[in-house]
Amino acid sequence: MILAVGAAKATSVLTRTTGRGGGTALPGLVALHVDPHLVEKLAGQLAEGSVLITGTNGKTTTSQMLESILRSAGLAPLRNRSGSNLLRGIASSLAGEAGVLGKLSDEVRLALFEVDEAAMPGILRAVKPRRALLLNLFRDQLDRYGEVATVARLWKDAVAALDPSAQVIANADDPLIVDAVSGSAAPVTFFGIESTAAPTSGMEHASDVKACPRCGGAMQFDVVFLGHQGHYSCSHCDLRRPTPEVSAREVVLDGLNGSKFVLRTATAETEISVPLPGLYNVYNALAASAGALSLGLSTERCSAGIRATRAAFGRMERLEVGGRTVQVALAKNPTGLNEIVRTVATSPEPLHLLVMLNDNTADGHDVSWIWDADIELLGGRLESVCFAGGRAADMALRFKYADLLDGKQPPKWSVIFDTESAFRQALAWTPAGARLFIIPTYTAMLDVRGLLTRAGHLRAYWEEG
Amino acid sequence: MATLNLVHLYPTVLNLYGDRGNITTLSRRCAWRGHELRVHDLNMGEAFPEVEVDLVFIGGDQDREQGVVVDDLRRGHATRIEALVADAVPLLAVCGGYQLLQKYYRPAEGQDLVGLGIFDAHTLHPGHEVARRVGNIVVAWERGTIVGFENHGGRTFLEGGTAPLGTVLKGFGNNGEDGTEGARVANAFGTYVHGSLLPKNPELADYILQLAFARRYPDVSLAALDDGLEQQAHEVALVRAQERL
Repeated sequence: MILAVGAAKATSVLTRTTGRGGGTALPGLVALHVDPHLVEKLAGQLAEGSVLITGTNGKTTTSQMLESILRSAGLAPLRNRSGSNLLRGIASSLAGEAGVLGKLSDEVRLALFEVDEAAMPGILRAVKPRRALLLNLFRDQLDRYGEVATVARLWKDAVAALDPSAQVIANADDPLIVDAVSGSAAPVTFFGIESTAAPTSGMEHASDVKACPRCGGAMQFDVVFLGHQGHYSCSHCDLRRPTPEVSAREVVLDGLNGSKFVLRTATAETEISVPLPGLYNVYNALAASAGALSLGLSTERCSAGIRATRAAFGRMERLEVGGRTVQVALAKNPTGLNEIVRTVATSPEPLHLLVMLNDNTADGHDVSWIWDADIELLGGRLESVCFAGGRAADMALRFKYADLLDGKQPPKWSVIFDTESAFRQALAWTPAGARLFIIPTYTAMLDVRGLLTRAGHLRAYWEEG
Repeated sequence: MATLNLVHLYPTVLNLYGDRGNITTLSRRCAWRGHELRVHDLNMGEAFPEVEVDLVFIGGDQDREQGVVVDDLRRGHATRIEALVADAVPLLAVCGGYQLLQKYYRPAEGQDLVGLGIFDAHTLHPGHEVARRVGNIVVAWERGTIVGFENHGGRTFLEGGTAPLGTVLKGFGNNGEDGTEGARVANAFGTYVHGSLLPKNPELADYILQLAFARRYPDVSLAALDDGLEQQAHEVALVRAQERL
């Protein structure tokens, strides 16, 4: 282990000094090669244990919110960096806090690990978290993960093997999650939205639950909040939405500004202001609150921490560039893109977009998913749109077949594969004082963020935190 | 202005991999020429739409979803769909839908799913430990190339001289062994290519539309459209397939 930690540290210094990115995953990869049990050994030294956060969408923002809540209570949790969410990323973050003798610093008592949904079962076994926070499961990168049902099955086995002293915090509104935790060896606390006044869109096209995940029977939804998340029951077996112990009530969305809801538990009720827009961020705030409550914090702490949350890396992150507001909104799967489209459409101004579609391994090689997203919601709202990334033409085609590029007042539009040229064109088309939304896939987000960092608008991501 | 009726089989259950893009493409390419494509959804337990059918589409989904629809399809609509195909109605079946219209599908575990037998072919799943057929694909067919993405566990074998849709240039196709991809019987097309299939392959989209118009409106010829963007996306996909496979 001593060698492993040393190897990780040396690699980290090397990757940063050679300018090859943040050094967030490679050191861990090297360290795990030297000692495959490194994560188990280091994670076992955390006095307060760790919280594992996983799901298709919302991992990074939920971790950000939970960290903010913990910091408002004077705690300083260790976190793995966004995007470094495989075992090696966790090894890197732990090794970074360990001395060369393999002893974790005493100041590091608690860790928050955001974890890739497909890697979750393996990481669960290595890290042995005290708490596992399960957010949602949507179709994402089918070429890498296989079907959603496959991931759900892996989760079910992993949760069944949890230590009974652990605690599972799970989304009651997602039938795939509820079925996955049904055999949990550890106690389960559910969170969910109780507000029937919450904005709903009806069943989206990209819904992943048409048949009951347990028996294949027809699922009935009384209300759908987002994707397949809502209030449901199976018409055939006993799978139904459990009553959540931690709930969001009286949800009110306030366009791009954020939202408000009442956080309720068996013993407390507190109003929460979420500074990030969209119903999906209500879910993130609710999940972070449920996680904080399970760590013994109060609903008031949750409120203070969430109010102070800054947008995470590329998640509705906002900056000023040349007198324009630029907002970067990662969208990497149909449910995510639907939520971004729905949120962006609440802007009262005409829309200026830079949409970036890559098909690298981290994005998924298959770009079919863009046809499952409801781009049509942008009808009549576009003033300019640039398409960039390796699959820019595919995305432009999606907009064309949504009838968004012609009509009586067609927007200015252009396919520019190169990130820098596309950004320059998009910015030129955005009037001074107006807002440009950049909607990238994962590696496109890294590209555009790299561009903004080099231009001095953002700090490098490994310097944050 | 002419109107075509398309029946979309099980859209709420079989809709993985952007299958909807195929319907959108057929519908827009009619509308841009001043014609109308009316889409009639057929879901579980429903009667076949009471219309003069000009086109049929069926997509794919996870194994569980396919198991759910196969009985409804076979008991409720087999005769009708056979008659439509015999009557030269164009039908497009993608991925799981393609498998459901074959003679049978033998899953990795459990019983065979008996399909409609529109295509004289069958599919074997070699087991979950065997790699799925995943990646960019290019197929040569009578009018050029078809580009897209494939992602399937099953291997399909054509029987009795059934014609493939085309020949694999890059990727796996039906089974990764004999170089065939898809199947064609009368005007029924089966394929593993999604992406979605039709947006980036406008020649195939128009070929299918032309077959449908020719049956009901022999006087209608399809006006040319500006396919610059479609061709650009097609070419990017060709390059991607060269790079990645």
